[in-house]
Amino acid sequence: MPASYAIMAEFESPAAILHAARKVRESGYRQWDVFTPFPIHGMDGAMGLKNSRVGWFSFIGGCTGYATGMLMIWFMNAYDYRIVIGGKPMFSPFSAFPPSYELTILFGSFGALLGMLFLNRLPRLHHPLLKNRRFALATHDRFFMVIESNDPKYSENETRRLLESMGSKHIEFVEE
Amino acid sequence: MDDHAAIEVQAPPVELERIPLVAHQHGPGWLSDRIAGVVEGDTPAWWKICFAISVTMMTVCFAAILYLMSTGVGVWGLGHPVMWGWAIVNFVWWIGIGHAGTLISAILFLLRQKWRTSINRAAEAMTIFAVMCAGIFPLIHIGRIWYGWWLFPIPNSFSIWPQFRSPLMWDVFAVSTYFTVSVLFWYMGLIPDLAVMRDRAKTKIRKFGYGLFALGWTGSNRHWSNYEKAYLILAGLSTPLVLSVHSIVSLDFSVSQLPGWHTTIFPPYFVAGAVYSGFGMVLTLLVPLRRMLKLEDIIRVRHVELMCKVTLATGSIVGYAYGMEFFIAWYSGNPYERFQFFQTRAADPFIFGPLLHIRPAPYWWAFWTMVTCNVVVPQFFWFKKIRTCMLAVFVLSILVNVGMWFERFVIVDISLHREFIPSNWNYYSPTWVDICQYLGTFGLFFTFFLLFIRFIPLIAIAEVKGVTPQADPHHPLGGAKIGEKH
Repeated sequence: MPASYAIMAEFESPAAILHAARKVRESGYRQWDVFTPFPIHGMDGAMGLKNSRVGWFSFIGGCTGYATGMLMIWFMNAYDYRIVIGGKPMFSPFSAFPPSYELTILFGSFGALLGMLFLNRLPRLHHPLLKNRRFALATHDRFFMVIESNDPKYSENETRRLLESMGSKHIEFVEE
Repeated sequence: MDDHAAIEVQAPPVELERIPLVAHQHGPGWLSDRIAGVVEGDTPAWWKICFAISVTMMTVCFAAILYLMSTGVGVWGLGHPVMWGWAIVNFVWWIGIGHAGTLISAILFLLRQKWRTSINRAAEAMTIFAVMCAGIFPLIHIGRIWYGWWLFPIPNSFSIWPQFRSPLMWDVFAVSTYFTVSVLFWYMGLIPDLAVMRDRAKTKIRKFGYGLFALGWTGSNRHWSNYEKAYLILAGLSTPLVLSVHSIVSLDFSVSQLPGWHTTIFPPYFVAGAVYSGFGMVLTLLVPLRRMLKLEDIIRVRHVELMCKVTLATGSIVGYAYGMEFFIAWYSGNPYERFQFFQTRAADPFIFGPLLHIRPAPYWWAFWTMVTCNVVVPQFFWFKKIRTCMLAVFVLSILVNVGMWFERFVIVDISLHREFIPSNWNYYSPTWVDICQYLGTFGLFFTFFLLFIRFIPLIAIAEVKGVTPQADPHHPLGGAKIGEKH
């Protein structure tokens, strides 16, 4: 048998996978994940995930955007090429605010999307699970528990028994 | 045995049960099959006919634009003092329509309105295509299109930068940011659904195409955790964005000195009008679509009713704003303001004109079409019978957008055609080029929209799944056992 990437157990309801996640976490596994067609309420807590760090990317993006807007407008209209228009001041934080505000949102949004992709290590062109036929149901209506074989506690027989004890009807090994 | 949470699972009390968002307790598998089936099935005959018409209209639009570019802005009906004609009216109108998409996807998300999940994808697509149509007009309105890059912060041939003391520059940033962020938000929502399409794909081309744009999404909960946070942040950022875009568009007018434009009420009034027209367009699109694509179980009558209620609320805000404009015009005591509102807008030849001894205004019909469609029409939505009658909703939703087009016409052109000095007065009529360009943008809009419903799931599959009781681990349908502690 070729070296397997992970053991994969299929569950049929959100309640079952939530139970399974709690059990697996309590059993001390580290390299495992849950795959579901939609986010399940309470799953982050059951898996012991910390608050996502996407917010930081967005915050830094937003600050960059605001600073870019203000500096750009000051540089263009009050420093590099000064033109008096309608007796208005060369630079005013008020007239510079609307474009800077828009740039805050623009850069903040890019921060959120790109931050999410970075934290998830996406885009990814290849993944062992995506080669598995059964796993295609993870975007349909099934819920999968995947424990990777490089987990220190992983053992083909015991891990399989644990997953069976949680009521999974279909368990298989995923090839590398 | 498990000490995480000792919630006893109970069946929800009957009196608290709401009308389910998805009819007949359909589960996640059915939802995937039904929504993806729209894209996977054969191309319907009506789609081909509509597509042919749309592409023809789009071609007419581009031909008219080419004629304008090669000849000059003289082919439009512009003439002093009405130098902002249909192009600006259409720009404001289309961009207003876009607002419903972001409102549904962002503000209703923050307000935890779960019914949004059935309509947000189509509404966001509508936003993107409407902003594309809107963007064409200011670009061709600059006359010499080849100088369009002067709008961007690039120094021109004399090393002069664009100047940011003008609201027109703010507009460039507002609209381009709005478009970009709408696309980002839409695309992020699409990632899990593109993965659904990838996993269902039967042909290699589909698998590759959807797979490429799904970016290798697996549905991992560690990914969902970051994804949901990013979605929340994007919703939080889009909310002030959607409020700011039409506010900034309104500043193009209200920062100037012209009576009828120079009003502080404009930003909130424009935003309410934008949401009103946007919901009108969402209803115009989705009421027939839900029937033709057999999606009545997902986009239910309840969804339509709720959208009608939003239309009623925002339409009433618009009506209030009209009243307030008249009150302020009268209360300010400014003769130019009073002239603009009473003599140039409201004076019709039948009732108010004779009553107030005012000569009928040249565009009285435009003003009263606007009032009928924007103040009277939404009031029909107070009645449940009308809200649940799809034909009535469809007809009224079209009138909403007729009214909103006239509102922009009233604001832009009626204000301009009677300015301070009577010797400057003029009457504005569009030419065939104006008309072809306006109707042509419908071709552009529907071409993109039809392509969208043919190739991309038009309902957010993962999001709709997430609001069904089957997705709730504490609901009996989600696998929780009645009476079980967990």
